[in-house]
Amino acid sequence: MRLAVHTTLLTTLLALITSHSAFAAWNNPYAKDESNKNILYSAFSERPKYLDPVRSYAESEYRFLAQIYEPPLQYHYLHRPYTLQTQTLTQMPDIVYLDKNGRELDKPIKAEDIAFTEYRFKLQQGIKYQPHPALAKNKDGQHYYHQLTKQETQSLKTLNHFKHTGSRELVANDYIHQIKRIADPRLHSPINGLMQNYIVGLKELNTELKTARSDSQTTIDLRDFSLSGATSLNDHQFSIRIYGQYPQFIYWLAMPFFAPMPWEADIFYAQPGLAENNISLNWYPIGTGAYMLSENNPNLRMVLDKNPNFRGQKYPSTGDIGDKENGLLDDAGKMIPFIDKAVYILEKESIPYWNKFLQGYFDSSGISSDSFDSAISFSSGGDIEVSDEMRAKGVSLETVVNTSLFYLGFNMLDPVIGGTSERARLLRQAISIAVDYEEYISIFLNGRGIAGQGPIPPGIFGYQEGKAGINSMVYDWQNNKYQRKSISYAKSLLEKANYKNGIDGLTAKPLSLFYESVDQGPDSKARLNWLRKQLEKIDIQLIIRSTDYNRFREKMSAGTAQLFNWGWNADYPDPENFLFLLYGPQGKVKHKGENAANYNNPEFDRLFDKMKNMPNSPQRQKTINEMVKMVQHDAPWIFAFHPKSFSLQHAWYKNTKPFIMGNTGTLKYKRIDTNLRNQNREQWNQPVTWPIILILTLLIALIIPAVLAYKKHERKRAL
Amino acid sequence: MMSYIARRFLYAIPILLGVNILTFLLFFFVNTPDDIARAQLGDRRVTAEAVEQWKASKGYDKPMIWNSDANGLKKVSETVFYDKSIRMMFFDFGSSDSGRDINYDISQRMWPSLAIAVPSLIVGLAINISFALMIVFFRGTTIDTVAVVICVFLLSISSLFYIIGGQFLISKLLHLVPISGYDTGINAIKFLTLPILIGVIGGIGSGVRLYRTFFIEEISKDYVRTARAKGLKETTVLFKHVLNNALIPILTGVVVILPLLFMGSLLTESFFSIPGLGSYTIDGIQRQDFAIVRSMVYLGSVLYIIGLILTDISYTIVDPRVRLN
Amino acid sequence: MVLFGIKLVFLITDILLFALFAIIIAYFLYAKRHEHIYAPWRRLLKNKIAMGTAAILLCYLFVAFIDSIHFRLPVEHTTQSQTTQSTQIPNTQSENIQQFQSETLSLLDVLLTPLREKSETTYSAPFASHSFTKQTVEQDNGQQIRIYPALKYGGVHLREGDSKLIDISIRSLPGVIKGSLLTLFLLLLIASRNKQKYRCSFRQSLTRLLNSSTGTQWKPFLIVMGVIFILTAVIAELSTVYHVFGTDKIGSSVLYQSLKSIRTGIMIGTLTTLVMLPFALALGIAAGYFRGWVDDVIQYLYTTLNSIPSVLLIASAILMLQVYLDNNQDNYTSLLERADLRLLFLCMILGVTSWTGLCRYLRAESLKLREMDYIAAARTMGVGHFSIITRHILPNVMHIVLITVVLDFSALVLAEAVLAYVQIGVDPTTESWGNMINSARLEMARDPAVWWSLTAAFVFMLVLVLAANLFSDAVRDALDPRGESHAQP
Repeated sequence: MRLAVHTTLLTTLLALITSHSAFAAWNNPYAKDESNKNILYSAFSERPKYLDPVRSYAESEYRFLAQIYEPPLQYHYLHRPYTLQTQTLTQMPDIVYLDKNGRELDKPIKAEDIAFTEYRFKLQQGIKYQPHPALAKNKDGQHYYHQLTKQETQSLKTLNHFKHTGSRELVANDYIHQIKRIADPRLHSPINGLMQNYIVGLKELNTELKTARSDSQTTIDLRDFSLSGATSLNDHQFSIRIYGQYPQFIYWLAMPFFAPMPWEADIFYAQPGLAENNISLNWYPIGTGAYMLSENNPNLRMVLDKNPNFRGQKYPSTGDIGDKENGLLDDAGKMIPFIDKAVYILEKESIPYWNKFLQGYFDSSGISSDSFDSAISFSSGGDIEVSDEMRAKGVSLETVVNTSLFYLGFNMLDPVIGGTSERARLLRQAISIAVDYEEYISIFLNGRGIAGQGPIPPGIFGYQEGKAGINSMVYDWQNNKYQRKSISYAKSLLEKANYKNGIDGLTAKPLSLFYESVDQGPDSKARLNWLRKQLEKIDIQLIIRSTDYNRFREKMSAGTAQLFNWGWNADYPDPENFLFLLYGPQGKVKHKGENAANYNNPEFDRLFDKMKNMPNSPQRQKTINEMVKMVQHDAPWIFAFHPKSFSLQHAWYKNTKPFIMGNTGTLKYKRIDTNLRNQNREQWNQPVTWPIILILTLLIALIIPAVLAYKKHERKRAL
Repeated sequence: MMSYIARRFLYAIPILLGVNILTFLLFFFVNTPDDIARAQLGDRRVTAEAVEQWKASKGYDKPMIWNSDANGLKKVSETVFYDKSIRMMFFDFGSSDSGRDINYDISQRMWPSLAIAVPSLIVGLAINISFALMIVFFRGTTIDTVAVVICVFLLSISSLFYIIGGQFLISKLLHLVPISGYDTGINAIKFLTLPILIGVIGGIGSGVRLYRTFFIEEISKDYVRTARAKGLKETTVLFKHVLNNALIPILTGVVVILPLLFMGSLLTESFFSIPGLGSYTIDGIQRQDFAIVRSMVYLGSVLYIIGLILTDISYTIVDPRVRLN
Repeated sequence: MVLFGIKLVFLITDILLFALFAIIIAYFLYAKRHEHIYAPWRRLLKNKIAMGTAAILLCYLFVAFIDSIHFRLPVEHTTQSQTTQSTQIPNTQSENIQQFQSETLSLLDVLLTPLREKSETTYSAPFASHSFTKQTVEQDNGQQIRIYPALKYGGVHLREGDSKLIDISIRSLPGVIKGSLLTLFLLLLIASRNKQKYRCSFRQSLTRLLNSSTGTQWKPFLIVMGVIFILTAVIAELSTVYHVFGTDKIGSSVLYQSLKSIRTGIMIGTLTTLVMLPFALALGIAAGYFRGWVDDVIQYLYTTLNSIPSVLLIASAILMLQVYLDNNQDNYTSLLERADLRLLFLCMILGVTSWTGLCRYLRAESLKLREMDYIAAARTMGVGHFSIITRHILPNVMHIVLITVVLDFSALVLAEAVLAYVQIGVDPTTESWGNMINSARLEMARDPAVWWSLTAAFVFMLVLVLAANLFSDAVRDALDPRGESHAQP
């Protein structure tokens, strides 16, 4: 009788479990009804700090911002090298050179006559902002939410609590408003200092605003202030004037710093009580782009919805060689965006993140991480391909060399390692040869990088491939390959420098150098040991001093370091953005600039000034080559490596091409095949229930004898 | 009773003040306002002026503890310490270094923490007590010895293994629940199952062992022997007498940790990306956002003290012999 | 200090560990002469579980000990002799000054040199002969193929078609024999010692030993020791040709890492108590003995410290250490010293977070003791507070201290792993189980998973903690038979 009860219990349980597996996968982290919708799933590991375009300067924030805000220009999605194209403009901006009186210069233009450059913009008609309460107006044309009191705002915890939303057309003044915001001391724009050197009147505006801000607590309307370098002709035309010549300025125009900002937003968000409720521009953007942020819960998820007011753009109809074959032009000319909604889920641990990708719950692997190694096989030649298991799942891999450079710097102000003396130069040269970065890349990066030959990474004008770009001080060209010079050659350089066998000929003491390490990760010991061994090869002792990043920065600005590691990530695809890191007037110690090695070579500086203003041309290439040869000879850096990044996509995720210009939104080009996704998810996530059944059975099997034993025990006692 | 509680709360004030001063010193010794500013501003193209401006806007430009330039009371109130710590005493945590309102974050993140902690506690308690009773039933036999050894074995395993192993087995290999994440409302159940399960299993070893000692202690008392001598059933003795009396130490032990349930579990929450207070704390540590860390320290100590007071009160309730003085 | 041409290096934690060993030995020598102190220990010796686990703990302690003898080997003279021959500068100095390698090694490192140096390029599974990951290899004819390349050291002796299982079994045999011989030797050693002690024949002594009829339970001790000896010998035997526990990401032996981690675990478990002990003793006894405002102040102190969540206290302390190190970095140039200081600091701060418990017990006990007749009598006779405390109170609370020490030990070892995850544990360059687990988290996400690092850390940690827990139970039973004062959760 009792046994019968048990068996029925078991069978019901079994039935329950098995019947469930007929439904959707148990481990689906999303709501059931979402699966047929056109939603992209991705993850973020660190919550974005600032979504105010004037403040944000981080890749993790640009992921969202670039989809929402529209600077005047953007990069073409398919063309390589990266080229600018219009975003909200009807044509590329006109560039006009002016003399010191503000008069337009006649052709031919002499460089020394140029006092100002003016960029003139023509906006497209009919671009509208996303629906937003700041723009909501009632019938009388009054804004609903511009005079809220503290009591009224108290209950408004998110933007969705505002009943009314509105929109309006994008006008030229919105762009100018944003440039004024750069100068606002309260907004802490990271490019405030930089742009004051270029944009006419920005410095004056900054001083003016500083006094205005310190005077009162009342809100300031930036419309009451004027910026002499930025003027609008009418609603659809405006111009920006900069000092002298700065051809790289055009690249800044593709960054969110120059995205339009309606004045209503400033008024709206400055109302009392809203900042306390986290309702600020840093959390709720207002843009004209293809997507708008509809849910901002950085503790859990961020959701981008299609902007209903988006004017529509067309998928590019031209691409690079191979794009057509890869299906990247299948959607050519179609209206974008394709995806209705993008959900970004907070995922800090890489294990769950990676497993969810494998289970099909993330569409692409956005961030690179160690766990991805498993999916990928590395060959000794540096070729990377998807492992067989992954290929069977239809996962594809995309790799791209980042436009960034990691370098091992020598502090040129140091008496031993720095300076222009031949002795120190030979020492640096010998170290450059000894530190074998090919080995580093294969051990620590799993081949995800290429060894650097000069300061300019591939993909940027000025980079030269093959024999032409070789760093002939460190490498030989053999069998069509780079071949690092031998250790014995490095030792002979040391001997020439009077450091024979690592003993300083002058003091008879062994040479030892300091290396400032900020490395804290689990691999750091191996990495530091590796570096020490590299210098041991040429009998130099390396003493490692590890510090945290703050202390490191202090040391760098004090110039007390000897050897250090640092890197630079391109702001824009122009060689100026890398060569300026070695420009004398950028010296870290003297000028608080970005030249951490404090390299100072007047000839290099002269060429830099010349190169800076040149258009990309063979002449420019020639000048760059000269400069690169110069730094290869002087060796203020070891040009360690350019990292490669890769990402994996599922087969249902379409129109993906590696694109590293983070400030242009690419979500609008992407497409998802939901049918294929549903099929695969179903197939990969069948719940395995037998272990549970087994455990339950075992438990019951254990309980029965226990009960029997108890019965027996009781009976015995009763006797 | 009420006056006792009031006195205990008054006594808590100097402790909280001490905690506040200590954390303030610790964190500002480590991180100067300059460091905080740089950490928040990032390091590309940041000028010294920008750092100054940031400090001024966040109130870090004032003297740390003593303002000799100001007059009267302002010598104390116009300082970073007053700004950042005294207000905290009254649960006004202000905004984090990255600009988000901490009170709001705490009020949001409290619920997921509780959603894991409370079921884990209740289920864990039920399971631990029943297992312990079962073992006590077989006391003195091999089953008892084996069970105790199993308990020691279970409690010798690091909690990290339970989490990593559980995720690997249940989510990765068996596809039974989502591997991580969180959702509000009824959807949360599928996300919470595994963390709760792991929490319960991780606690079985120490819990069962501890409760077993409570029961054994109770069972060796005279009244139990008398009850058994009266011929009561073993189960009756166990459930009616032993369990009832042993519940006192069990429950008072639970009361201490009740308030701390709010703080969430550091490990579980970050492994399962559950947006609770535990992962909030870890975030604060790892991103060096000291406004958050200090707030959590303060909150933690307040809850700890509440726990102590609750324990004292619960003692008097369950055992009238203990008098408060 | 230079000894036999090698330069001995004493890290702070080394010195403290040696001091701890010295204290323990001194305590036992002292206890042996005082029967009332020794009696509980005798009870412990009669406990089977205590003796069995003591064997395990001894082995761990031994490894930690030999890993704490640090030195720097002299630089080999090949390059130097060339220098002196050919250099133009007369360089008499460098001949006299003995040059030492910059790398500091421990005795364990030297013993494990084969493990340390036989590193592969990347992951390989336990007993593997081929790499865990596929690589593209260029053949002689220039063609590229994707294969699992053979390892540099692991299983190279195997020929095509050899059965690995048979090979492993054959190679384990000498290990089993060696281990058994070693155990036998130990058995005879103890037996001959007992023979002198009990003045009986060797044969009698042996049978008494094996029948567990002597007071001391040598049998479980010997069995556990035997298992350890045999395992060690087998692993040592197999390690010559295999990576018994596999290799990690950069190809170094997981077995080596696990063994090196023992020192860290032991250090955290023991030094923490050692550093906190003076404070806990002084403050706890003072609070209980003096009462009044002293008691109030001390209670205030520990309630305050206790109410700060310990993770946060540790985090801030570790960050403070960073600042200190950066301000005084010339004193701590080598990575090892810095890592060592961090370890010590971690022990100290863990001590700060855990002394309060002990302090409270000591306070309660002293409160009880001061009301005892003999202490009241001593007070009326005008004996100073200091001598009352040292002579009468201190010896009578020692059992509480001991119980706390052993009880805390396993909790501390476990805590290390959690702290490593939050990145506020020992230095990332220090080998520890926490760091191993931390990096292994990512490996588990691989497909197929790299399970061996995690497993190795798991096994080594589990054995230690399990042994410590069982041992501490026995210690508690022996020292405090009623076990009332420490039914702590």
